[in-house]
Amino acid sequence: MHLVIVGNGITGVTCALTVRRLHPEARITLVSDESAHHYSRTALMYVYMGHLRLQDIKPYEDWFWPEQRLSLVHATATALNPDEQLLFLNDGTALPYDQLLLATGSKSKRYGWPGQHLAGVQSLYSLPDLEAMARDTHGISRGVVVGGGLIGVELAEMLHSRRIEPVVLVRDGHYWASVLPPAEAHLVDRQFQENQVPVRYNTELQEILGDAQGRVRAVRTTAGDEIACQWVGLATGVRPNIALATAAGIETDQGILVDELLRTNLPNVYAAGDCAQHRQPAAGEVPIEQLWYTGRMQGETVGHTICGQPTPYRRGVWFNSAKFFNLEYQTYGQAPAVATAGLQQFYWEHESGRQALRVYFRAEAPHVVVGFNAMGLRLRQVVCEQWIQARTPIATVMAQLGAANFDPEFFPQHELAIVAAFNRQFPEQPVLLKQRKGLFARFR
Amino acid sequence: MFVSPPLPATPPTEKLTLAGVAGGLLALLLALTDADPGRRQLWFYAALGLVSSGTLAWSWLKFGGHPAGVQQDNLWRRASTARGAVAWATGLALTGFYVVLYWFSDNDGLGHFGLLNNLVHALDGFSHSLRARPADQWFLYGTFYTLAVLLMGARALWKYRHSRYQLIRTASVMFFQLGFAFLLPGLLQFFQQPEFYFTYFWPLKYDYLFPGTVTSLLHNGGVGVFMVFWGAVMSLVATPVLTYYFGKRWYCSWVCGCGGLAETAGDPYRHLADKSRAAWRWEVRLIYPILGLIILITALLWAHFATGGTLLGDAGNVAAKWYGFAIGSVFSGVIGVGFYPLMGARVWCRFGCPMAAYLGLLQKHFSRFRISTNGGQCISCGNCSNVCEMGIDVQQYAQRGAPVVRAACVGCGLCSTACPRGVLNLENGPREGRLQASQLIHADSLRILS
Repeated sequence: MHLVIVGNGITGVTCALTVRRLHPEARITLVSDESAHHYSRTALMYVYMGHLRLQDIKPYEDWFWPEQRLSLVHATATALNPDEQLLFLNDGTALPYDQLLLATGSKSKRYGWPGQHLAGVQSLYSLPDLEAMARDTHGISRGVVVGGGLIGVELAEMLHSRRIEPVVLVRDGHYWASVLPPAEAHLVDRQFQENQVPVRYNTELQEILGDAQGRVRAVRTTAGDEIACQWVGLATGVRPNIALATAAGIETDQGILVDELLRTNLPNVYAAGDCAQHRQPAAGEVPIEQLWYTGRMQGETVGHTICGQPTPYRRGVWFNSAKFFNLEYQTYGQAPAVATAGLQQFYWEHESGRQALRVYFRAEAPHVVVGFNAMGLRLRQVVCEQWIQARTPIATVMAQLGAANFDPEFFPQHELAIVAAFNRQFPEQPVLLKQRKGLFARFR
Repeated sequence: MFVSPPLPATPPTEKLTLAGVAGGLLALLLALTDADPGRRQLWFYAALGLVSSGTLAWSWLKFGGHPAGVQQDNLWRRASTARGAVAWATGLALTGFYVVLYWFSDNDGLGHFGLLNNLVHALDGFSHSLRARPADQWFLYGTFYTLAVLLMGARALWKYRHSRYQLIRTASVMFFQLGFAFLLPGLLQFFQQPEFYFTYFWPLKYDYLFPGTVTSLLHNGGVGVFMVFWGAVMSLVATPVLTYYFGKRWYCSWVCGCGGLAETAGDPYRHLADKSRAAWRWEVRLIYPILGLIILITALLWAHFATGGTLLGDAGNVAAKWYGFAIGSVFSGVIGVGFYPLMGARVWCRFGCPMAAYLGLLQKHFSRFRISTNGGQCISCGNCSNVCEMGIDVQQYAQRGAPVVRAACVGCGLCSTACPRGVLNLENGPREGRLQASQLIHADSLRILS
C-alpha cells in the first residue's frame, strides 16, 4: 500500500505514525510545501521570543523519518486525479497513491478590511508568517493585534518580549468571550495589565492606514480612534485550506466534507484535522475542529481506517489548554461561557487573582459534573475525564477534589478553601473534603 | 534565511550593575598582580564586594522587574547564552582557571601557591578565623565556588519565584554548599579534625571508601570512625533507600555540590545540553564504564590492602592516580565547569559522574520516582526538552503521553516549571503502573532510543 499524505502537520504526521505502527510494510509519503520536516505550529511563538531555535520545535530529530521509512517530499501538491489515483506536485512529478489523506490545515481569515494587504499586516499561522513577523517587527515601537482569542494574546506576548508595545483590539466586552466566562476573562485581563499591554475592549478594526511606501502606519478602530503603529497582527481565526480538494472536485463546504470515518466523497481519499468538516458532528460538537489535540486525534483515527480497521472519529471528553502570559488555563468537558439552562456553576477564585476553578454540573439531582475550567491550577486530565464519563455528582467530586490536583510538589493546596467556598455557595449539599492531593489515590 | 534582528537594548540600570561585575573581575586581576600585600587584600575584597553586589542587583533588576513566571526571552539570541563570543570567552576563562588551579597553583613547600598565590594569600585572614590555618588553593577554590552558588542561587530564587518547588530546591543546594561543603569542613579543621565533606560520597568522592582514607580516618578515633560509618552508610544504604522513595534528585539537585553549582551558576546554560540521540549514546558509553572503572579500582585497592600488598602490586594505586587525574580533575573540573557556557552545566553529571550513574541505575529500576505526563495535553512545543540540563528529550515522552523514567533525570523540575500546558509533574508514586502511558493518547510504539 502506498499512502500519500498532503500536509506534515500534527494530523498528517500522527496518521503516518499510526499507519507505520499498524502496517509496518506500508509505503508512506508525506508532502508539504511549508517545511522539509514536521514542526510544532504551537511553538512558533517561542522561536520569535528566543526561548527556542527553529530546530528545537521539530518534535522528531531528522534521522527519525528515514529510520521509520517515512518519505518526505518538500513540494506543493497542485492537483489530484482521483480516477488514476495520482497526486501532482509543482516539481512536475505525479505521485501514484493507493490511499490519500488530505491534512492541509488552515489558512488565516481576513475579513476584507481596507488596507489589509499593506506591508506589515499579517497573521501568524505558518513558518513564512513567523519569518515575516521577525522581519517586519524589527525596530518598531508599536504593533496592533486584532483579535481577543488565543493567537491574539500570543502575538501580544511575542511583541512584548521584544519591548514592542502591543495594543490589542477585542471585539467583545471581555477577552475570549465565546469561550471564557467573564470572571476567567478578568483574570486574563489582569495578566494584560501586569504586563502593561493595553487592551481595547468592544473595539473592532475599521481600516488599516498605509504610508506612501505601502507600509502600515496606523489603524482606525470602530470606536473612531486612530492608533499609530508599524505592524498589524490579525488574529481573527482560521478557515480550512481546501483549495486542492475543491480543484479536484471533492465535496466541500467550509471545509472538506467527511463522514465519521473521515472519508471524503471520493474513494480512497480521506481528510482530517483543521481542513476537514464533519457532515454530521456528534451532539454538542462542532463540525470543524482547529486544535492541535483534535488534529492529533483525527490523524490517529484516520490511520486506523486507512489500515483496514474502520474507526469512527469520537472526540471523547473535550479538553483544551492554553497559557496567557503567566496564567495557565485548562478546560475539560462542557464549559460554556454563558449561563446555560439546566446547568449550575460553582466558581472559586483565589484572592491573588491567579488561581480559579469553575465546575459545571447539572441543576437536577444528583447534580452530575459535566465540565471544568481551571486557571492557574493544573488538573489531572484522566481524573477529570473519569469524573465526567462516570457522571459523578458534584458532591463526590468536591469531596475527592485532591485526586485531580496536578500542581507541582510544595505548591499551595487550595482544596480546603475551594470546598469551603462550595459549601457557602451551595449550602444545601454540604461537602466534607475527604481527599487532598495524593498520587493515584483517585476516585473510583 | 531566518531573520534574527538585534536584541532589544539592555536597560541602563542593568548595564550599570553588569559594569559593577566587570569592575569586580578587573579588581580581581589587580589583586592577582599587585605587588603590595595590603593593596592586594583591598583589591581582593573590593572584587568580591563588586561581583556580589553587581550580581545581586542585576538579578533583581532583570528578574524582579517582571511579573513572576517563566522568563526566557531571548535566551537563544544572546551571545552569552547561545554559544556566542561572550560564551566562548567565558568558557575559555573558566577552563583556564581550572587548569591554573589544578596544575599551576600547588604549594611549593614554602607557602607559595604558583599563579594563584596572591589570591590565596588574600584569604589567609578568613581562613585563619574559619579553619585556624592559612589559606591554600583549595580554600580559595571553595570560597569562589560557594560564592558562585550563593550569588547565582539568589538569581535563581528571583527567577523562579513563582515555583515553590524551585525555591525550596534552590535554597537546599545553597544550604548544603554553604553549610556542609564549606563551613563544616572548615570548622572540623578548626577543631583539629579531618577535613570531611558529609555531602559527598563514594563513588563521586571515590577516595572515601579507599582503604587509605578509611584507615587514616579510623586512626583518628571517635569523629573519624563516625565519618567512615557515615560515608559507608550513605553510599551503600541511604543512597538506595532515598533513591527508592524520591528518585536521584534527593542528591543530584538538592544536596550535591556539583549539582548545586549547575543549578545556580549553570542555570543560564541549562538549555545548551545536547538533546540528540547521538549525545545520549555518548552518555551511556561514558558514564557506565566510568562507574565500572571506579568500582574496579576500589576493589583492587582493597584486595591489595587485604593481601598486604602482595596482589597485583601497586596496580590499584597507579590506576587510582590516573583516575584522579583524568576523571577527578580533567573531566569533573576542567571540562565539567569550563564548558558550562558551551555544553550546559551538567556535562560532568551527565557523561562522567559515577555517583550519577549509580543513582541513575537505581532510579530507573528501583524507584518510585517518575515524571508524569498529564493525559494528552502535550502540544510538542519543546520547552521541556529545551530546559533539560541533562539533555533528555523530555518531549518524546510527553507527546506520547508516557511518563519520563530515565536514569539521567536529576529531578530539577524545570520541565514541569517551563511547560506552558501543565503537562509534566514530578511524582513519587507507587511502583505499580510507573511505566504506564496515558490511555488518552495512543503511544506510537516507535522506539526513540536504541
